[in-house]
Amino acid sequence: MIQEPPPTVPTGDLAELVACPQCDLLHHVGNVSEDASSRCKRCGTVLFAPRTGAIERLVALALGALVLMVVAVSFPFLQMSASGFSSKASVFDTISAFTGGLMAPLSLATAAFIILLPVLRLCALIYAVGPLLFGRPPVPGAATSFRLASRLKPWSMAEIFMIGVAVALVKMMGMASIGFGTAFWAFGFLVILVTAMDAMMCERTIWRLLAKR
Amino acid sequence: MAVARKEVTGLTARAAGLVGCLHCGSVWPKDTSRCGLCGSALTSRRNASLQHVWAWWWAGAIFYIPANLYPMLRTSLFGQESSSTILGGVLELVKHGSWFVAFVVFFASIMIPVGKFIAIAYLATVIRRGGAIDSHSLHKLHEVVEFIGRWSMIDVFVVAVLSALVHLAFVVNIDPGVAAICFALSVVFTMLSALSFDPRIIYDVAEVRE
Ligand SMILES: [Zn+2]
Ligand SMILES: [Zn+2]
Repeated sequence: MIQEPPPTVPTGDLAELVACPQCDLLHHVGNVSEDASSRCKRCGTVLFAPRTGAIERLVALALGALVLMVVAVSFPFLQMSASGFSSKASVFDTISAFTGGLMAPLSLATAAFIILLPVLRLCALIYAVGPLLFGRPPVPGAATSFRLASRLKPWSMAEIFMIGVAVALVKMMGMASIGFGTAFWAFGFLVILVTAMDAMMCERTIWRLLAKR
Repeated sequence: MAVARKEVTGLTARAAGLVGCLHCGSVWPKDTSRCGLCGSALTSRRNASLQHVWAWWWAGAIFYIPANLYPMLRTSLFGQESSSTILGGVLELVKHGSWFVAFVVFFASIMIPVGKFIAIAYLATVIRRGGAIDSHSLHKLHEVVEFIGRWSMIDVFVVAVLSALVHLAFVVNIDPGVAAICFALSVVFTMLSALSFDPRIIYDVAEVRE
């Protein structure tokens, strides 16, 4: 593995500048105050949104989501019964629905989108940001893992999966009676935690925190 | 959104002989190749941006065709086989009176993908042509496309859940059809298409005009 140098801010005057990632306009950050978000003057993109206690809440939400993910994969998700027969499905069954022949790649993709990538993203976030809670300097590889976490964001689709589940339930309504398992509620709650986490996370603020000290 | 639509006469990183990081926003001397703060590769503009956008766009469009023609789901009810395409699934929901859910699926599987193909093609064409553009609206359009694209995956997950759960001996069985793969690929490719678009070039075109 290539050893990455620890994160540093640019030297001299450049440290005072930030370029809008959407339109490239330069802004001064020297006077960005605590607890005030700043937007790009031209395109309105949020540049910094520092909030007090953001790191604590971020780590708490990520940890909570991780625990719920463990529950969600170890208990039955849904069960259906009709005409005296019944079947149960866990999240893993949902994934392995596609195994066999052509469908194997799709099963892998589903596993990646709803479990593997979200878990990887949560772990990477906790690993990179967690030590900041205790006033420690960032751990080696913190930059790599936070970068990974931010690249994974569009590909973590737990919330989209839940909407898919809702649609599937409607499609099954006439066919059978449906029971909700523990994992269903765990997954639903997880989606809420992750959504709350994404809503409060400001990537650029965290990068500056990772470089300080 | 209370964003003032006035043109701001500011300096861009490129005009100042600097390069800004797309991820952490920090600013570096022009020829820096890697961001010292977050480690991302730095480019003043992603030069091949539009070529990548088009390449992924075509890949997505090509897979969207079989995704609509072939069955998403194969259902066997008391030994009777039937299959439904994306549109067929929507019509079935309508027939059962589930208007709202039919709309959700229609929106996610047909309106978003088609709208996305049109929007990205429009963005890329207008940027290439240059001339008078409304950069704020184009930027908003790109933001919407980037945000909404992943929601198309809903139908793939519907197929996954149904195929996993609905296996009741001889009563009813549901299996995925080949369109599920094509559709998932199409969504991934169009997401990559939107992600490879460098929004900074929208404002470059506007600056050239001024
Ligand atoms: Zn901007
Ligand atoms: Zn950076």
